[in-house]
Amino acid sequence: MDLQSIPIQAFLIVSSTLFCIGIWGLLNSRNAVRVLMSIELMLNAVNINLMAFSSYVDNNLIQGQVFTIFVITVAAAEAAVGLAILLSLYRNRVTVDMESFNLLKW
Amino acid sequence: MSIAITTQIICFTILSLVILIGALGVVLLESIVYSAFLLGGVFMSVAGLYLLLNASFVAAAQVLVYVGAVNVLIIFAIMLVNKKEDLKPINDIKSRRIISTTICLTLLSLLIRVDLTNVWSLSSPQNSIGEESTIRIGEHLFSDYLLPFEVASVLLLMAMIGAIVLARRDVMSKDISTGLPVDQELIEKSSEPLLTNKN
Repeated sequence: MDLQSIPIQAFLIVSSTLFCIGIWGLLNSRNAVRVLMSIELMLNAVNINLMAFSSYVDNNLIQGQVFTIFVITVAAAEAAVGLAILLSLYRNRVTVDMESFNLLKW
Repeated sequence: MSIAITTQIICFTILSLVILIGALGVVLLESIVYSAFLLGGVFMSVAGLYLLLNASFVAAAQVLVYVGAVNVLIIFAIMLVNKKEDLKPINDIKSRRIISTTICLTLLSLLIRVDLTNVWSLSSPQNSIGEESTIRIGEHLFSDYLLPFEVASVLLLMAMIGAIVLARRDVMSKDISTGLPVDQELIEKSSEPLLTNKN
């Protein structure tokens, strides 16, 4: 059992970088589908974080893995509802450009 | 995990490179279809990282849920809304890019600094349960995480009903405005969109 061979910092850096890439995509995409993809990237970064901590800090009770299961569940529900909202938006406005969804802007 | 340390490091390096380059591709590529397939690759590599962390059950769940369900759903959405449109140019796009990139880089440097400087209280590898994590997850789900487990099922039901309600087209036997019977063919007719001329 040589789990400590890869330092935990390596996992944390990968997950931080993935999270920041997700935020950048969220802020800069014009296409609404790409915004949803960026949200999935950020959720995956959080999951990597939880899994790394669960196997390095809490490697007997692994509560982080249970949390990851729940996050995956919520992410699946979020993707389904998000894409349904996107479809009904597209049906009403015939575009997926994020700049044209300005009904709540004043 | 009973793999030699060098192999683990090589696997970790390859998987992280695929994750980061794939994520950059998802965000930066021009074609949204390429982005969707790269996203599937990123999800698979994340599952590989979970395997490196001794979590075979979560890795399997990741492949089934993300690659099998979420990614397929995204590809279907791209197929349904795939229309070539020339986007209107924004005049202050350059300053927006600069501001958002600065924010992201600042956040990244902050996070990496925390990752590297903090002293994590690592537990000793002796009492690790290793390969038996699936058994332990099952015990958790049916004892101390029973309530969240049941609430998650209700959440999935609500998401399913909500997605159906949001995405279906209203099918009526008569047209409201004209009173004529509506032909209910499967192919969508070119109808007048509700809100297009508002903008």
